Amino acid sequence: MSCSRRQFIKAGLAGSCLLSLAGWLNAAGARRLSDAEREMLAALSNTMLEGALPTDAEQRRQLVDLTVDGIATAVAGLSLAAQKEVGELFGLLVVAPGRRILAGVGKPWREASRAEISEFLQAWRSSRLNLLQSAYGALHDLIFGAWYARSDTWEAIGYPGPPQGVF
Amino acid sequence: MLDPIRAGLAGGWKHIDAATLTKGQTFEADVVIIGTGAGGGVTADILSDAGLRVVLVEEGPLRSSSDFKMREADAYPQLYQESASRKTADKAINIYQGRCVGGSTTVNWTSSFRTPPEVFEFWQHQFGLRQLSAESMSSWFAVMEHKLSIRRWETSPNANNQALAIGGEKLGIPIASIKRNVKGCWNLGYCGMGCPTNAKQSMLVTTIPAALNRGATLYTRLRAERLRFAGGRVTAVDCMALQPDGIHPAGKRVHLRARHFVIAGGAIGSPALLLRSGVPDPYRRLGKRTFLHPVVISSALMPERVDAYAGAPQTIYSDHFLHQAPIDGPLGFKLEVPPLHPVLLSTTLQGYGEAHARLMREFTHVNALLALLRDGFNPDSRGGQVGLDGNGLPVLDYPIHDVIWDAARRALLAMAEIQFAAGARWVSPAHESAPGYASWAEAKKGIAELPLKPLVCRVVSAHVMGGCGMADAPQRGVVDHRGRHFWLGNLSVHDGSLFPTSLGVNPQLSIYGLVARNASLLAAELSGRPVPLIP
Repeated sequence: MSCSRRQFIKAGLAGSCLLSLAGWLNAAGARRLSDAEREMLAALSNTMLEGALPTDAEQRRQLVDLTVDGIATAVAGLSLAAQKEVGELFGLLVVAPGRRILAGVGKPWREASRAEISEFLQAWRSSRLNLLQSAYGALHDLIFGAWYARSDTWEAIGYPGPPQGVF
Repeated sequence: MLDPIRAGLAGGWKHIDAATLTKGQTFEADVVIIGTGAGGGVTADILSDAGLRVVLVEEGPLRSSSDFKMREADAYPQLYQESASRKTADKAINIYQGRCVGGSTTVNWTSSFRTPPEVFEFWQHQFGLRQLSAESMSSWFAVMEHKLSIRRWETSPNANNQALAIGGEKLGIPIASIKRNVKGCWNLGYCGMGCPTNAKQSMLVTTIPAALNRGATLYTRLRAERLRFAGGRVTAVDCMALQPDGIHPAGKRVHLRARHFVIAGGAIGSPALLLRSGVPDPYRRLGKRTFLHPVVISSALMPERVDAYAGAPQTIYSDHFLHQAPIDGPLGFKLEVPPLHPVLLSTTLQGYGEAHARLMREFTHVNALLALLRDGFNPDSRGGQVGLDGNGLPVLDYPIHDVIWDAARRALLAMAEIQFAAGARWVSPAHESAPGYASWAEAKKGIAELPLKPLVCRVVSAHVMGGCGMADAPQRGVVDHRGRHFWLGNLSVHDGSLFPTSLGVNPQLSIYGLVARNASLLAAELSGRPVPLIP
């Protein structure tokens, strides 16, 4: 108990330091996704969308790329305050200390396995820190929202799309 | 398909898209109305009909049936606040609110209920609103029901609604059918993305065109920033033009002057505008007691296809669980169903990876039930509070206390039992650690033990109410029973922020009726004509 409590406080402190750093990096407000952010989001999408993505590596990479494009579009439609928060979260996850300490992922995103990433997602999902839990929620909604917004994902779930006709 | 909005624009309606302004403007009218939803629309119609010159201010864009493509990817960013992902301060509640001409009436699911009599009784006793009762308001509801074609829906419910009906009947839980504000509805199921056939009698196709036909001026993509006031009266409102994205300021300002100002920006936007303006609030009532009808969700897999994306979205409800205890006792809840589309369902379903994908593959077999918790009556249910962030934009803090979780658990149990009674083979609350259950016995045990906490149990809201509550005295509210501000003589509030509690019913008709009354009283006062004969 005391150990997990210590870790909890440590993660909380590290989190606030890293968040202020990320806040500073993102002081200019909303902007395009950086290459590092795209790489991180691709790795997370590749894990979250397991079961929905095809197994063929090349097809999978293309669809993950489209999902990351969709996330960028969705973020641009959020309020400025929410864009800033999401920018801080992404900024935090792409710096090595953030990835290691808060996400617990040792390797760069491109090299991390789906099992490692899944462990990180599960840890945030069930975290006692509201900040990490809500960050998991944001990633969940952005990734699934971007995936199922595209009509080419509908056939697999049996959704015929909106009615066609005399509109 | 005739698009009445495009036809009206071609016919010379005065619409100014503030995103296109090349320089600042000053404009003068008899009345400025901030917001074009249920409150702003009805007000514009009634005041313009009395011969008053009105100007409407809308933060969102003007979109109409030609734009409504029934695709979530287009509809949410264009028609909803914050692309349908507006959240409370701790991110634990997702709020669905319209942001376009017509406000939430452009995207709601057409459910129409009068304010229940017991709600008026509570307001009379607790807030001194003796003028308002089911009897005194009856004619105003009737007027609006007639105007907006609110009546029984005779078509059979879709399978998603039918599940609530079947489960309820099996368990002896009374269910009833929902009245809808539609005329010639095609039963498509896409009300939430803007009606593509103009059947829904939203403000977009009724009151606002009526006002524009009488010469009213409509500004869109214009955010009301600050009221100017002096000597107990509002003199002007300063507005800020937004870029076409509806998010970034465009740099141009519009200054609107009038004899009277009506605020109808919804229960988050209206208190925020008054807070930004620093209007007198000596008893600190402004922005307090904001209610949400917090909603918890139960999904089920049915043996047959449900196709919950198709057909009128909400046609069956049950108020059984609103009547199990006194109104100020443990929170009651109303049962309804939501339409399901891929983005809405996939973001609401818990989990990720194969487990999530497996459920999504059963998309056509999913039934979902909603429980709307009736907040604001129990003394421990005091709602949330609207405040401002560093940029002056609204933030709603809504702590979810034990009285809410207590009701949430009863609601999740009731919904699971109904779904199994309707034949479900699997049921799960929208909850991060619910494993899903294969029988009612399993669900009963599992849900009883579920930890109910923010961000673990999914909570959403589509009904924001309160924050500028009505009362008989400024110690208890922000405005009187006519929506008139207690401190600024020519300022009215005409939207869902008026309600001193939640309603226990979908709010649109409550807003239409109350605003029809108050706008008629205001029209008489401003035009010097006789007051309306109905009370």
